[in-house]
Amino acid sequence: MNRSDIASPELGAVEVHGMSRASFILRGAVAAGAVYGAGAVGPYVSSALAQGGSSDVDILNFALTLEYLETDFYNVKGTAVGLSGEAKKLAQSFGDEEAEHVAALTKAITAAGGKPVAKPKFAFPVNDQSSFLKLAYVLENTGVGAYNGAGPSLMNKEYLAAAGSIVQVEARHAAAIALLTGQPITPSGAFDKPLSKSQVLAKAGPLIKQ
Amino acid sequence: MSEPTTDDTRRREPGVVEALARDDVERKKFLSMAGRGIGAGAAATGLAAFIAACGSSNSSSSSQDPASSTSTAAAGSATSSSSGMSDPSDLTIVNYALTLEYLESQFYAKVAKSGLFHGKTLSVLKSFGAEEQQHVIALHKVASGLGTPAARPTGKFPLHSAGQVATLAGQVENLGAAAYLGQAGNIHSKEILAAALAIHTIEARHAATLNTLLNLSPTPQGAFAKPMSMAQVLAVVKPFIA
Repeated sequence: MNRSDIASPELGAVEVHGMSRASFILRGAVAAGAVYGAGAVGPYVSSALAQGGSSDVDILNFALTLEYLETDFYNVKGTAVGLSGEAKKLAQSFGDEEAEHVAALTKAITAAGGKPVAKPKFAFPVNDQSSFLKLAYVLENTGVGAYNGAGPSLMNKEYLAAAGSIVQVEARHAAAIALLTGQPITPSGAFDKPLSKSQVLAKAGPLIKQ
Repeated sequence: MSEPTTDDTRRREPGVVEALARDDVERKKFLSMAGRGIGAGAAATGLAAFIAACGSSNSSSSSQDPASSTSTAAAGSATSSSSGMSDPSDLTIVNYALTLEYLESQFYAKVAKSGLFHGKTLSVLKSFGAEEQQHVIALHKVASGLGTPAARPTGKFPLHSAGQVATLAGQVENLGAAAYLGQAGNIHSKEILAAALAIHTIEARHAATLNTLLNLSPTPQGAFAKPMSMAQVLAVVKPFIA
């Protein structure tokens, strides 16, 4: 639990639901262990996560980091690479949608009395349309896995509904890119795999700079 | 009839221990409600009974749920078994999903045999059907662990032309995605929630693919997909059940 959670009684009421704080923290630690596993935690993430026990705000901030990443990728890198045709249209449309995800998550975190993470700097090692689209496919599929992995740990049902609403869009993005590039529409088959936080960081971490 | 919207979920406590206890209570509530309103012995086909009760197009009084993404009639104001419908048990939800998956699987099987599609498109539709069948198997197993699985429905799908069928497929998949999204907040068990999320995004991939093949946007609702309630979905599928 980061200090802002404890400092905000409204947030405490939302998250603890009448449970003693000790048992809440214990459950959070168990959930974090099950969902995230041990693994490197990027420096941009609240240190509370390293101690085990992810609050809803921590999870939303992790999602926010990924949405910042996708927005930057489509809008900034997409422009720099110089896309054309369907790829260009897709990048513009998807970039707009990821930016809306950033706005919604920022608003949710603030409303919960939490502090939204600052936008990190990113570096995407792609320089043409083909490699751009390949990375887009990876990023969208990673997003699906991240949200599906974290979803069951969310205590607040409204956040779960929001996460569900967003992850459906990430999956739609992934499929559209798959069609454009001849990659598998369902790379995990009939069931999308939930990813642990360390699995997500393995994909996204190298793209995030200090 | 009150429709479970995501707003209703705010009242509930998501604790795992409470959820496990509640599952048992809710299962009994569901069975007694199904028995009371629809006829004893109907518990196993309770979902079919829901369809009959909730899916009627008697929609004069109900206002369109703004979350609805279809223009079809809102669910009818049938029996007011509100407590069962506004906080469904995990078995109810799994059987609901199972019923939808049965219908999707049957639909794709018919489509594959129809001769309307060839080559790459046919291969994509067949692969989607195979995935829906895997969903049927998985959900049947989960339902069996909770109680009695829903009976296999008999679907009836008009197949006239490739364009019409592709459009219908798109509607089916977009509906499926909205259906799962509508239930995510209602599921008590974290394991079942994880399974539902894993299937939800597959329906989304299917939907986006069909939209794209139809020259529609892969994200017709923009940045945030909209949930549909159980009653809304059942009203839409009712004409496809014989």
